[in-house]
Formats: sequence, C-alpha cells, structure tokens
Amino acid sequence: MKVLGDLVYTKTHEWVRFEDETTALVGLTDHAQQSLGELVFVNLPEEGDDTTAGEVFADVESVKAVSDVYCPVTGVVSEINEELLDSPEKINEAPYEAWFVKITDITDKEEFLSPEEYEELVKKDME
Amino acid sequence: MELKTPLYEIHLKYHGKMVPFAGYLLPIQYEEGIIKEHMAVRTRAGLFDVSHMGEIICKGKDALENLNRLLTNDFTDMEIGQARYSPMCNEHGGTVDDLIVYKKKEEEYFIVVNASNKEKDYQWMLEHKLGEVEFEDISDKIAQIALQGPRSQEILMKLTSDIPEKYYHAVFDGKVAGIPCMVSRTGYTGEDGFELYLENQYAETMWETLMEAGSEYVLIPCGLGARDTLRLEAGMPLYGHEMNDDINPVEIGLGFAVKMQKDDFIGKSHLPNKDSLTRKRVGLRVTGRGIIREQEEVLAEGKKAGFTTSGTHCPYLGYPAAMAILDKEYTAAGTKVTVIVRGREVEAEVVTLPFYRKSK
Repeated sequence: MKVLGDLVYTKTHEWVRFEDETTALVGLTDHAQQSLGELVFVNLPEEGDDTTAGEVFADVESVKAVSDVYCPVTGVVSEINEELLDSPEKINEAPYEAWFVKITDITDKEEFLSPEEYEELVKKDME
Repeated sequence: MELKTPLYEIHLKYHGKMVPFAGYLLPIQYEEGIIKEHMAVRTRAGLFDVSHMGEIICKGKDALENLNRLLTNDFTDMEIGQARYSPMCNEHGGTVDDLIVYKKKEEEYFIVVNASNKEKDYQWMLEHKLGEVEFEDISDKIAQIALQGPRSQEILMKLTSDIPEKYYHAVFDGKVAGIPCMVSRTGYTGEDGFELYLENQYAETMWETLMEAGSEYVLIPCGLGARDTLRLEAGMPLYGHEMNDDINPVEIGLGFAVKMQKDDFIGKSHLPNKDSLTRKRVGLRVTGRGIIREQEEVLAEGKKAGFTTSGTHCPYLGYPAAMAILDKEYTAAGTKVTVIVRGREVEAEVVTLPFYRKSK
C-alpha cells in the first residue's frame, strides 16, 4: 500500500494535490483502489460543475459494486480526466497518476490528513 | 455467526477475501480478482468451493410420486445416473427454489438445493410429503467442489476414469485420485465442467490434488464474485434475483422444466402457459454509459416497463449487461429501454438470452 509524501488525504480515501492555493487535482488512493478491486466504470462530473467539500461528485464501479467518491474541496470542475472514462483500470494501475478532476476557484476544504495520519488510518482500517 | 466450509483453511491459504454468504464464510475472490477468475473459467479452468449448497436424499417406494408432485419437472422417465433441473413451486405458482435431482437408484434420489434455501426447502418437503417416502438433509456431511471450464475434462482425466460422458449425468460411486466421490457433469458457469460431491474429511485433499493436476492448465481458485458474473453472462437465473416466492418459473423462461401435461403438482393451477404470460425475463445490453445492477426501474416509451433482477459488467463480453422482468409488450429483441440507475438514466436494449454461449 503506497502513500505519497507530497499529497494530502481524506478520511474517505481521496488524495489531493494542490497546484496553488485555489487549484487542486483529486484522485483515489492506492488503498481505496485495492479494496475496491478491478474498476470497470467511472462516472465523473462535467466541466463547469460546482463541487462541495464532503459531497459525492463521482462514482466508481467494480464488477461487484458501486462506490461513491467524495469531493474534498468546494470549487469548480475545470477539467476532467477523460482517459479514465474509457480506461478505468488506470485507477488500479497507477492511482496517484489517475486524477479524476481538476478543481479551481477553491473556497473551502475538508479537514485533510497528512501522509503520516492517513497511513495510520489505513493501518487501523486493515486491522 | 457464520459457518465455515471444510475448505475454509484452504481459502485463507490461497488468500481468499472472505465474506458472509448464505450463512457461510466464503471467498468473494482470491488474489487474482474477479475478472481474471472469470476469464480463467471461460478460457481454461477454475476451481470453486460450493460446499454451502444443500443436499437432500429422497427415498422410498413413493419417492418418484413425491418428486413429481413437489416439483414442476417430470422425473418418470429418468435413467439411473441422470440429473434433471427443476423449479419447486408454492401453491400460488411462485418459486420456492430451483434445484437439481439425480436418480441414484430405483426409489432413491439425490437433490441439490440453493444454500440460502436449504432449511426452507427441507421443511417444505417434509410438510408436503405423502405415502412411503423419507427426506434426509445430508448437507452438513457433504462438501462440493466445482471444476469448471473448457480444460476441466483434461484435468479430471489425469485423476480418474469415472467421468460421465454426457452433460447432466453423474457417476455416483466414483473415485477421483482414490477419494470416493460423486462426479457430476454439471455447473453454473456456461462452460463444460464437473461438480464433485464428497465427504467433508476429503475436501482439502481433493482441492489440493485438483490444483496440482490443473497447474499445467493454469487452473486457479475462483470465488463467489466470478461465479455470479459467469452465470449472469450465461443468462442463468439465480434464486432471490430472477426468481422468488412471487415470480413463477414460466415467466422467467423456465417453461422447459414445467410439465403442464403432468397429472398434478403443487402450483400447477396458478401457472400460466407461455402464451398467456403478462411479463417475461429478458436480457438487457447497455448501449449508454453505466453499469446496471439489480432492482432498478426499467422504462420504455416513457412508461414503467419492469425492473432489473441482476446486472454487472460482463468480463468476457466486455460490456455491462443485466437481466430484467418486463411487461410482455416490451420484451422483443431490439426494444430500446431506459434504466434508472441511482437517479441517472442509462440507455439499454433488449437482447435474447443468453448473452454468452460457449462454442461447440
């Protein structure tokens, strides 16, 4: 299970990479993709959609089940990773490269976990 | 508290992801994952622990009469060693369970029922038996291992010559690698394959012997997840999804196993004939974007047309598909429908079942 040192995380297993104060990329963690299993479908918001921190903004589906993905920040979707729509398996293969959306105009955010805190959370999860 | 099958320790050894299912702890998948396990069965072979299934012996002078009255199929002309699929209906024509009956000898039958229904089925049989007949639930003594896939026969031939030649036939007093077992040529995957019934004490040895014999064909263990996607892709109904106490077998396409010409059987007076059906089971192939699951509303021409009963992404076919029970007017192949998936509209098209049929 990989946790990258230069990202922040949420309790619901999303990662966030801030490009500057009000712009960030959002994706699912390695731990999340491992527990979900092979993903076969991803549903993303559309460019221009508003997002609210802590609310569902996407979903991913494995053969077995659907899972919600929560947006860690309040802002506007400026870009979606269209590659994932055709190749959701990229989330399994390289979870920290497979960003879901780019959010700009960020005005609010969830309480984030540091890499160390997130690693701790996952350890407890797996016990 | 979930029960463990005799293969529980084996599942842990092979890193099975254990989940509760029908009162047992069983692997939903192993390390390779559902898609690879599914593909193994379609292209090579896979090994399943299905020890949770129920086994009931029916014997006595009136065994045949009892089966013919309890079940919708006709068992009169069965040969010893033959297997026959049948629904079991309630008085209203709804389905109590679907099961397989093997004729073991004259006046003795071996019945295999769904795990989640075994107690209900057994009680039902006891409540409705007539005359000289005994039913005995032997589920707790019996393990079942399914070897499924096009390479199954080659693998099994390394260990035994007790191989039923025809599909839906069984060798009762067989031996596989010296272990006494019943070898049945049946399965729930849409592929050729075998189901081995044996005493619990031999289950681990049998599993490991099969894994070793299958290694040259890259035989892998498969979990409940692949079992479900395989049966769905092959268009096979599953109790609790395509059928239940309120769905009759004829409307979901099991008319071949409902013999209306038989004298009488439980549920007969309430079963429709094929021409008077108001709703039917169909396949849906997703033409839009999304995966359809069970119990989702299906619309056609803007009106409610029915509901889905199972759905997933089909690993071998590579597209999402579902089964649904729809009003008869919307069941023609090619009919365009919309399925409401968590508030979102997903476009789909009615197709003929099964989605997948193995090549001969």
